[in-house]
Amino acid sequence: MLLRWLRTWQVGLKSLSLHPLRSLLTVLGIFIGVSSVIWLLAIGEGISLEAQRQIEGLGANNVIVRTIKPPTEVTEATMGILPYGVTRDDFSRLTETLPTVTRALPIRELPRRFSYGGRRVDGRLVGCTPEYAEVTQLRVERGRFLSDADLHDKQNFCVLAHETGRRLFPFEDPIGRSIRIEQTYYIVVGVMKHRDPSSGIGGSLAGQDYSHDVYIPISTLWSRIGDFIITRRSGSFQGEIVELSQITLRIDSVDHVMETSDVIKDTLARYHRHQDYGVTVPLELLEQARTTRMMFMVFMGLIAAVSLVVGGIGIMNIMLATVTERTREIGIRRALGAKRSDIVRQFLVETILLSVVGGLTGVLGGLACRPVINQLREGIARVMPEAINQLPPVIKAVQPVIVPESIPLAFGISVTIGIIFGLYPAMRAAAMDPIEALRHE
Amino acid sequence: MNAAVDISGLTKAYAMDGETVHALRGIDLEVPEGDFVSIMGASGSGKSTLLNLLGCLDRPTAGRIVLGGEDVTTLDDDRRSEIRASRIGFVFQSYNLIPQLTVLENIEVPLYYQGQLDARGRQRSRELAEMVGLAERLKHRPTQLSGGQQQRVAIARSLVNDPRFILADEPTGNLDSATSEEILHLLLELNAQGKTIVMVTHEPDIGRLGKRIVRLHDGEVASDERLDTVEVRIQKSEVGSRRSDAEGHSDFPNP
Repeated sequence: MLLRWLRTWQVGLKSLSLHPLRSLLTVLGIFIGVSSVIWLLAIGEGISLEAQRQIEGLGANNVIVRTIKPPTEVTEATMGILPYGVTRDDFSRLTETLPTVTRALPIRELPRRFSYGGRRVDGRLVGCTPEYAEVTQLRVERGRFLSDADLHDKQNFCVLAHETGRRLFPFEDPIGRSIRIEQTYYIVVGVMKHRDPSSGIGGSLAGQDYSHDVYIPISTLWSRIGDFIITRRSGSFQGEIVELSQITLRIDSVDHVMETSDVIKDTLARYHRHQDYGVTVPLELLEQARTTRMMFMVFMGLIAAVSLVVGGIGIMNIMLATVTERTREIGIRRALGAKRSDIVRQFLVETILLSVVGGLTGVLGGLACRPVINQLREGIARVMPEAINQLPPVIKAVQPVIVPESIPLAFGISVTIGIIFGLYPAMRAAAMDPIEALRHE
Repeated sequence: MNAAVDISGLTKAYAMDGETVHALRGIDLEVPEGDFVSIMGASGSGKSTLLNLLGCLDRPTAGRIVLGGEDVTTLDDDRRSEIRASRIGFVFQSYNLIPQLTVLENIEVPLYYQGQLDARGRQRSRELAEMVGLAERLKHRPTQLSGGQQQRVAIARSLVNDPRFILADEPTGNLDSATSEEILHLLLELNAQGKTIVMVTHEPDIGRLGKRIVRLHDGEVASDERLDTVEVRIQKSEVGSRRSDAEGHSDFPNP
């Protein structure tokens, strides 16, 4: 019995090797189909995972309220001074009236020049609370981050971001030194580790670069610098009054996030005449991203399925030709005692061989997706860098992530398609009249 | 002696363009075990139809065929395949070897469909190849062999399942005279060993080698003639000299 099975496969292999090029091209059809299933799904997964990672970086429990500078036409600036944005009143309203808000972080960001000795760094001054480090996933490298006591005592303490520290203090230990911001000196108490910039999500939240930050207690910022800032623009001055750049609210559970965010939006709308703020709900984005991902997957899957069906048609085409070509052989085999089912099996074995080989090589081709894409990208970047630069950052940076299920899925579909499309030619072969088949030249 | 083949009232009619064509019109024939029957007749006399029916490749319109005690006329397709695999050995005019298989593999094909492709079966295939003089060519492909060698492979193949009888359809039709002689000697030898042989031919000299000649005419048995002993038959047949005037026959379409 074993020998018989062995022989069936052996004969199938032999028949296929009679036309190596033909078999190769048929296998190629399935190979492309299977590889493209894995590739497309991996690229889709890579893109959506990246989006998901960024959104999750914001925290699924969080609601972020950010100040947005409104267009000047809609605001009446009194004497060139423009007040806008989220206020301390907003902050207390939100924290005091909403029971589901467990924690709220007020943040104020300002562009400033930091100097120590002769060295200067232009960066972002961030007034914040001690929780800031945790929420933005910043890690301490040396010293410590700001403490509650610093906040309470409005201390002139600051913490440097990695890059800022490296550039202001290339040779010294910054801890205990004082850096100057405008007219005030701040004592460095800590340096943070490097953090990759986060990219903008959902339009309402711009990307953030943490590399040139200096962090001080927000209470210190309010008392030393205040809300009033003057920007000089092409010879004219413009004053702005901004109390808070951002409030990050943490909600007690994920289930309450959507409700609470609605209340937050309502509350803010009541006190703001202009749309000078934006509310970002990472959970909402996360859900959007999930739907987008599903759609993406279905779409990619469809394209891949089409290419697999095309591969299947290739198999059918070849097998029909083979059956006609081997009519005589079918007649001989029938005369020598082959049943119809034997003939069906014989041709099915060949299509299964074709589709299994196509499927296996396709899986290998699919697994090579990541290195191939990276090589390709590098190659193109070397030959025509401007073409790469024009691509959106998602495509420039995407790392395909192979979806584990896609491998058995693609392989299974390819073999199924091989069998389905091979069945008809095989049945046709079996249905032949042996006498006619024997007479066939 | 038991009857290897017992045919009674065998009729075959085809519908062709709305008309019924009678290929066989009631044939009765009994072939005892160990017989060597030559079936002869002109084109269209019904030889091929009879051969197809005997080989269980086709079903009669009426009448019955009993092979070794079993009525095969009413069997379904699968069962008839089994009968072909186990009881009948085919030898064709055009050898009908499978080109992608080696000599040994070609001989093994009927075993494969009988589910007997085991070590013993393979040993038997090897012995048969040796018997027909192809022990050195087991790994060759049919295209690497001469016509006579191919026909010898076909004969070895027809014997591998130890069939009840061998059906030979113009076994020398594509061969030159010397090779024809070889093949016919091989068949005679098999017959002498006890194999029942039914051979279809339209060449009188070859037909005369059998123990018995059944002539068909218009789908009926025209004559049934028993011949002399083997030795006399060989002398009379003059296979060698026959060919020179019968060369044109090889172009004839195979009926």
